[in-house]
Amino acid sequence: MVDTPAIETAGLGRIYKIRGAKKEEQKELVALQDVNIHIRTGELFGLLGPNGAGKTTLIKVLTTLLAPTSGWAKVAGIDVLKNPEAVRQLINMVSGGESSGYGLLTVRENLWMFAQFYGIPSKEANQRIKTLLEIVGLADRANTRSSSLSTGLRQKMNIVRGFLTDPTVLFLDEPTLGLDVGAARDVRQFIRRWMSDDPRRTLLLTTHYLAEAEELCDRVAIINKGKVLACDTPAVLKQKVQKESIFEIKVESPRLLVSQAFSAIECVTSVHFYPEDSHTVMKLTLREESAIAQVIALLTEQSARILSLQKREPSLEDVFVQLVGARIEEVENDDAPAD
Amino acid sequence: MTMLPPINKRHTGWRLFLMTVWGRAYPRVVGIQRERSWIVFDILLPMLAVSAYVFVYRAIKAPEDYVGFVIVGGAMTAFWMNVMWSMASQLYWEKEQGNLALYIIAPGPMMACLLGMAVGGLFATTFRAAAILVLGSLLFNVSYAVVNLPMLLLIFFVAMTALYGMGMMTSSLFLLLSREAWHIANLAQEPIYLLSGFYFPIKNFPFWIAAAGSFIPLTLGLDAMRQLAFASGPILGFISVPLELGILTGLAVVFLLASRALLNYMEKLAVREGRLTESRA
Repeated sequence: MVDTPAIETAGLGRIYKIRGAKKEEQKELVALQDVNIHIRTGELFGLLGPNGAGKTTLIKVLTTLLAPTSGWAKVAGIDVLKNPEAVRQLINMVSGGESSGYGLLTVRENLWMFAQFYGIPSKEANQRIKTLLEIVGLADRANTRSSSLSTGLRQKMNIVRGFLTDPTVLFLDEPTLGLDVGAARDVRQFIRRWMSDDPRRTLLLTTHYLAEAEELCDRVAIINKGKVLACDTPAVLKQKVQKESIFEIKVESPRLLVSQAFSAIECVTSVHFYPEDSHTVMKLTLREESAIAQVIALLTEQSARILSLQKREPSLEDVFVQLVGARIEEVENDDAPAD
Repeated sequence: MTMLPPINKRHTGWRLFLMTVWGRAYPRVVGIQRERSWIVFDILLPMLAVSAYVFVYRAIKAPEDYVGFVIVGGAMTAFWMNVMWSMASQLYWEKEQGNLALYIIAPGPMMACLLGMAVGGLFATTFRAAAILVLGSLLFNVSYAVVNLPMLLLIFFVAMTALYGMGMMTSSLFLLLSREAWHIANLAQEPIYLLSGFYFPIKNFPFWIAAAGSFIPLTLGLDAMRQLAFASGPILGFISVPLELGILTGLAVVFLLASRALLNYMEKLAVREGRLTESRA
C-alpha cells in the first residue's frame, strides 16, 4: 500500500440550516463535526454508522456535492471546494437504492449514456459494459429496459455504472442496501476483485451492516451524530474490546428484565437486551469473567430460564456498542439529515 | 487476470462537451420511438384545441389565412410545452430521481447536459410539431405562400435557439424553486398562450402589450414565420421580419449567456445550501 492520502479531511464540519414552520424560525442541524480522516491510496475504507450518523453527508462533501461549513477535505490531494472539476475527473459514486438513469432506456443504453459523461469512447465503453455485465451476472438483461428490472438487478446496474468509468477513488454509499443475501454477496465479491486488481484504487464504503464492513474493509471509522468515534483496522478495534469478556445469554423470562439491575453488578461494563424469536437475548460485556456467576444468580432470582450461554469473540458490533452505548439497529438519529 | 483493463483514452475539452450533449440527448431521441403515447397526448389532443379555433374563425368568416395561423401556432405550441414541462422543470425532476448528483460529479460539463436536454427535446418535438402541421394542413385545407424559404428556416432556427436558451435558463431557476416551480409553470401557461399569439396575430394587441409578449421567443418567431408563409402574413405582421430576426438573435444570445451564468450560480448556491440531492423544507 502506498502511503499517499487518497482522502484527507481536517476539522470537517457541516451544519444545515433548516427552516421552521414560520419563516423567521431557523434551526441548525449539525450533520458533521470535526471529522479528521486520512485514507491511504489502495485502501478499502469503511464508514460505519447508523442511519443519520453523517455518512452520506461526508460522502456528499467528498464528491463535491455539498460544501463543508468548516474545515477542509481533499481527494487525491485536491481540495474539493477549491477545485471540484479536477476532483470529478477521478471519482465516481454509487448509492444504495438509487433510481438513476432512465426507465425507457435499456441497461446497456443507460450505462453507455453515463460513460459519455466521462468521455469514454463508445467502442471502449460498450466493451467494458459487456465485460462488467457478465461479471455481475446481468449480461442477459443488457437489452432490458431498466424500468423492468427488480430492485436487486437495478442496483447491480448502478454498481456497474460506478466501476465502468474506472475511478481512482470510488464512493459506495450503502451499496448492498435492499439487496437479497445472494446479490449482496456477489457485490462484495466484485468489490474485492476490483480492489485487488489495481493497488492505485481507493474505495470508501459506507454501510450500517457491521459484518459487511468487517468482511471487506482494511480500516473502518465508526461515526455517530456527525462525529468519528474510532478509526482503525477491524482487528485493532476488536482488540480494544478483547480485554473484556463478551457473553450472549438466551433467556426466557416471565418478567421484563431490567438492565439497570445487571449494570449494578461490579465488573459489568455493558448490558443489552433484545428480542429474538420468542425469547430475549442478553448481551453482556464483563471486565472480569468471574462476574458471570453473579449475573446468572440474578437471572435465577428473577425467575428467568437460561436457554443458552455463550462466550463470544468480539465483533465490530461489540465495538460499536461499547462506543455508542447501543446496538446499531437501536440508534436512530431522527433529527439528522437524510443519510 | 485483471477484470477490466484501464481505460485507454478519455476525451476532454470540446469532445467531452459534445459527447455529454449526445449522451443526454439520447434518451429523448429514442423516447419518441418507445413511448408512443405522445401521438395521442401531443398530437391528437392539441389538434382538438386547434380545431376549435379553426371552427370559430370559419364561423365568424375571418380571413382564411387565420386558419393557417392557428395550425402553425398549434404546431409551435408543442415546442413551448416541451420547453416548459421537459426543459424548465427537468433539473428538478433529475434531482428527485437521483440523476442530477451523478451529472454533477461527472467530468462532463453541466452546460452540456442542459444543451443535450434541449437538443434531444427539440429533435423529438420537431416530429410532433411537423405531425400537427401536416395533419392540420390536410384536414383544414390550408394554403401556404412561402416567399423566402431560407429566411423562414433561419427564423425557425433562431427562434428555437432563443426558446430553448430560455428553457435552459429557467431550468436553473426552477431547480432552486423546487416544487414551487411546478405551480409557477402552471400559472404562467394561459397568460403565455395569450401573449405569444399562438392562435391569432399579435398585431391585434395594443403595441406595448405585443412588445411585452415579444420577450417570449415564440411570439416574434411565430409572427415572422406567419409573415413568410402566408399571403396576408405581412399585412397582419407585428413588426418587420428583419427586425424580428434581430431581436430574436439578441434574445438567443442573452438567454444562452444567462443560462450559463445562472447554472454556475445555481450550482454554487446549491452546493453551499445542500440542495443538489435532497428536498428540504
